[in-house]
Amino acid sequence: MKMSQKPQETALSKCPGCEEPLEPGDLFCGACGYDLSAVPPAPQDHPTIALAVPVENGAESGAQARAAEVRFDRRAGSDGPDGPDGAAGPDGAAGPGTPGGSGDFELAAPVPAAAPSAAAPAPDPRTPASEPLAATPPAGTRVCVACRAGSVDTDGYCENCGHAQPRERDHMEQELGSVAAVSDRGLRHHRNEDSFAVSTTALPDGSPAVVAIVCDGVSSASRPDEASAAAASAANEALLESLPRGTHPQQAMHEAILAAAEAVNALAQEPGRATEHDRHRHQNAPACTLVGSIMAGGLLVVGWVGDSRVYWVPDDRANPPARLTEDDSWAAQMVAAGLMNEAEAYADERAHAITGWLGADAYELEPHTASFKPDRSGLVVVCTDGLWNYAESAAEMAAAVPADAHQRPLHGAQVLVGHALDGGGHDNVTVALLPFAVEPQGAGSACGTP
Amino acid sequence: MANFSKSNVPQFSVEVYQNEYLPEGGREVNAIVTVTSTGGGTTGGVPLSGAAVTPARTSGQAPKAAVVIMVDCSGSMDYPPTKMRNARDATAAAIDTLRDGTSFAVVGGTHVAKEVYPGNGRLAVADARTKAQAKEALRALSAGGGTAIGTWLRLTDRLLGAADVDIRHGILLTDGRNEHEAPEDLRAALESCAGRFTCDARGVGTDWEVKEVTAIASALLGTADIVADPAGLAADFTQMMENAMGKEVADVALRLWTPVGVEIRFVKQVAPTVVDLTGRRTEAGPRAGDYPTGSWGDESRDYHVCVQVPRAGIGQEMLASRVSLILPDPSGGAPQTLSQGLVRAVWTEDMAASTSINPQVAHYTGQAELAQVIQQGIDARKSGDFDGATAKLGRAVQLASASGNEDTAKLLSKVVDVVDAATGTVRLKAKVADADEMTLETRSTKTVRVKK
Repeated sequence: MKMSQKPQETALSKCPGCEEPLEPGDLFCGACGYDLSAVPPAPQDHPTIALAVPVENGAESGAQARAAEVRFDRRAGSDGPDGPDGAAGPDGAAGPGTPGGSGDFELAAPVPAAAPSAAAPAPDPRTPASEPLAATPPAGTRVCVACRAGSVDTDGYCENCGHAQPRERDHMEQELGSVAAVSDRGLRHHRNEDSFAVSTTALPDGSPAVVAIVCDGVSSASRPDEASAAAASAANEALLESLPRGTHPQQAMHEAILAAAEAVNALAQEPGRATEHDRHRHQNAPACTLVGSIMAGGLLVVGWVGDSRVYWVPDDRANPPARLTEDDSWAAQMVAAGLMNEAEAYADERAHAITGWLGADAYELEPHTASFKPDRSGLVVVCTDGLWNYAESAAEMAAAVPADAHQRPLHGAQVLVGHALDGGGHDNVTVALLPFAVEPQGAGSACGTP
Repeated sequence: MANFSKSNVPQFSVEVYQNEYLPEGGREVNAIVTVTSTGGGTTGGVPLSGAAVTPARTSGQAPKAAVVIMVDCSGSMDYPPTKMRNARDATAAAIDTLRDGTSFAVVGGTHVAKEVYPGNGRLAVADARTKAQAKEALRALSAGGGTAIGTWLRLTDRLLGAADVDIRHGILLTDGRNEHEAPEDLRAALESCAGRFTCDARGVGTDWEVKEVTAIASALLGTADIVADPAGLAADFTQMMENAMGKEVADVALRLWTPVGVEIRFVKQVAPTVVDLTGRRTEAGPRAGDYPTGSWGDESRDYHVCVQVPRAGIGQEMLASRVSLILPDPSGGAPQTLSQGLVRAVWTEDMAASTSINPQVAHYTGQAELAQVIQQGIDARKSGDFDGATAKLGRAVQLASASGNEDTAKLLSKVVDVVDAATGTVRLKAKVADADEMTLETRSTKTVRVKK
C-alpha cells in the first residue's frame, strides 16, 4: 500500500519541540536539544505531500516558519474584505429567504437562542406537502410533519399515521466564527449516520487554532450513528486538549484519530444499547470513517481514515484546487497499485468499499496525516462521500463551492449540502468549511501590527 | 418463611424480532413478539406477597384460584372398565395437587352435567378435609349415559362465575364424541364461556374427535392433548393441575395499535402452540384491538404479527404497530399496560437489508406451515386422497426436520415411512394405529423455538 512505502525517516524530518529540520540519524535536536528517542513514533505518512497546493518556498522553509510568527488576519477587530468575520456572523450567513444554490434546499432561519456552540436542528426540507385538515390538535402538542393531523407520541412516531418524526440529527448546522458545518440525512436514508464537530481554541502563544472533524458511520456495522458521533466528539476533545498544550498540530491530529478509534472501540464493548431491530441484522462492531482538519500557526493539517475527504479551493479561482486526502478505498488502492485507471476503478461496484475505518474490527489502524503551508487564501472543504459523490474531482468541488463561501462559510456549507440533495441525496451529507486566510506577500513576514 | 426479596407478581416483558427494512413498494411487515412473564410463583408452589416495580396484580396476595374438573361418565367409559377407574384415580391425583385455599368442584359429565362434589351450586375450599371428601365422592362415579360437553361447560361456568377469584380454570376429560347435542350447541357454549374461564381438554382412548377437543382448548385458551393409555391419566392430571396452580394473572390481552391505513393480516400465537387469534379481536379504542391470551404463570410465548402498511418512499420510516400487554381492571377502570414493543417499517434501497428474512419470522412461518400441512395431510388420508396425503405429510417431514422439531418428526414417522427427510420424500404406512394418527393430529400445533 502506498502509505507504507514511505521511508521511515521522514517521520522525524523536524523536531517535535521547535520544528527545526533534522538530519536522518539525529538522536537529539541540534537547535533545542530535544531528546528524539523520547518522541512517540510519528505517523508513517508524515508529512506533507504537496499535491497541487502551492507551498511557500518549498516544504523545508515552510516548516521553518514558527507558529508565533504567523499572523492570522481574522483576529478580533480585523474586518478586512477577505476575513470571514465581517460577513459570517451568526446572523449574517443564514438570513431567511437567502436564495440557496438550489430550488428546493431551503436555508434554515437563524435560531436566536442558538449559542455559537450549539448545533441547531433546522426544519426538515423533506417534509411532504400535505392537504389542509379539518381537525387541528390542541396547541402545545407536537404535530406530525407527515399527516399534520396526529400528535407525536413519546417514541417519536405520529399517533395517527405512524410516521417517524424528524430527529435532531436529521439536519444539523453549526457555525463557530471562522468555521461552519452542515450535516443532513439526505433523501434516501432513514437516519443520519454522519456526525461532525467544529471548535476553536488557541495555541500556547495565543494564536487561534480552528478544528473541524467529520465522520461517516459505516452502515453495514451496528450503530453507525453512535460510532460517528463518538469519533467526532472524541477527536475534537483530544485536539482541544492537546493543541493548547503546544503539541504540534500534525502530531495532535494523529493522536486525536487514535483517541477517536478508542472511543469507537469502546462502543463495541457496551452491551444492550442496540435497539431490537439491530439485533439480528447487524452483529458486527460499530465503525466509522474520520476526516479532520486543523488550521493553526499558518499550517493546514489534515488527517483521515476511510474515504471522507478534504479539498482545497483557493479563493482566487484562477489557481488550481486540490484534493488533500487519499481514500482508504478499494478504488483508490487499485489506482495506486496501477491495476486500473481511475475511471475503471470508480465504475466498479466495489469502488466505495473502504479499506480503513475506526472500529473494533479494524485490524490495523493506519491514521494518515499531512500538513500543508498554503501561500494564499483558500477554503478547506471537509466532507463525507455523501457530498463528494456529486463533486468528485477537485475542479467539480471548486465549481460547487459558492464564490463567497470564505466570507459566509455556513451559507457555503448549506449550498454544498443542497448540491448533494439536488444530485439525488443518496447518502447522508456532511460538510465543514474552514476559510484559510493568508496575508498578502510582504505583509505576512511582518510582526503582525503595522 | 416468606422471602420478600423475590416478587411473586409476574413482570411482563415484550421483545420484538423483525426485519423492519422494506424495498421500494414493500408493504408487508412481519414481526415475532416474544412475551415473557417472570417473577411469578414457581409452578405448584405457594406464591408469596412482595413489592414489585410494575405489578400485574396489586392486591399483594397470592392469586385466588378456582378449578372445576369435568370427568366424562358416559357409558363408553366402562369399555374397558379400567378407563373409569383410571379417570377416578387421575381426578383424585389432581385434587391432591390443589393448593390449600383453592376453590374447586368436580362435575360428572354425560348427556347432562351433574355436580359430584361439593354440590348445591357451590365450590369447596381445598384443605385436607374437603380433599378427602371429594375423593370419597369420586367412588360414587359410575359410567352410564351419553355425551353433551356443552352442558358440562355451562355448569362449570355457573360454578366458577359465582366465585370471587382471580384465576378461573377448568379441566375436561372425555373419551367419546359429543353425540348427544348438536355441534352448534357446543359452539354456543364455547362462545358464552370464552373469556370467562380457561380450560385444558384431554381425550382418553381413541374414540373421541380430535377437532372437538382441540376446538375446546383453543376457544378457552388452554391445552389439548391425547392420553391414549388411560394409565397415563394420573400423571397428566397432576401436571395440568400444577400448571393451573402456577398461574398468577388472568385475562391478559395482547393489544395491537396500528396507524391509519395499516391493515392487520393476522395475529397468531406461534409458541408453544399455533393458535390463530386473528378473528378473536375485540375493539379497544381508536385503531386498537385486543386479542385474548388467557392466564399467565412463569412462562414465555411467541406471537406472529403480520400487517400491511401503506406505500412510502425510500428513506421513510414509520411505526407499523405498537404491541402491548394489557391487564383489564376488574373494577372497570382503565386497563393496565404491562409492557410494550414497537413494530417498525423502514424503506431502504439496500437490497441486502430488505431481502433478508428475520430468522424468527422464517422459523415460525415454517412452524405454522408444519401444523397446517399435517392437518391437511391427515384430512387427505382420511378422505382417501393418498397422493395428496403423501405430498402434504412429506412436506411436514421436511419442515419438522429442517426446524429441529424432533417431537413432531417422531410422531410423523409413525404415520409415514421417511425415505429422505431433507427432500420430504415419504411413503404412507399401510397400517397406522389410530392412537398414532390422533396423537399426530392433536399435537400438530406444537412448535419449537428457534435453534440457538
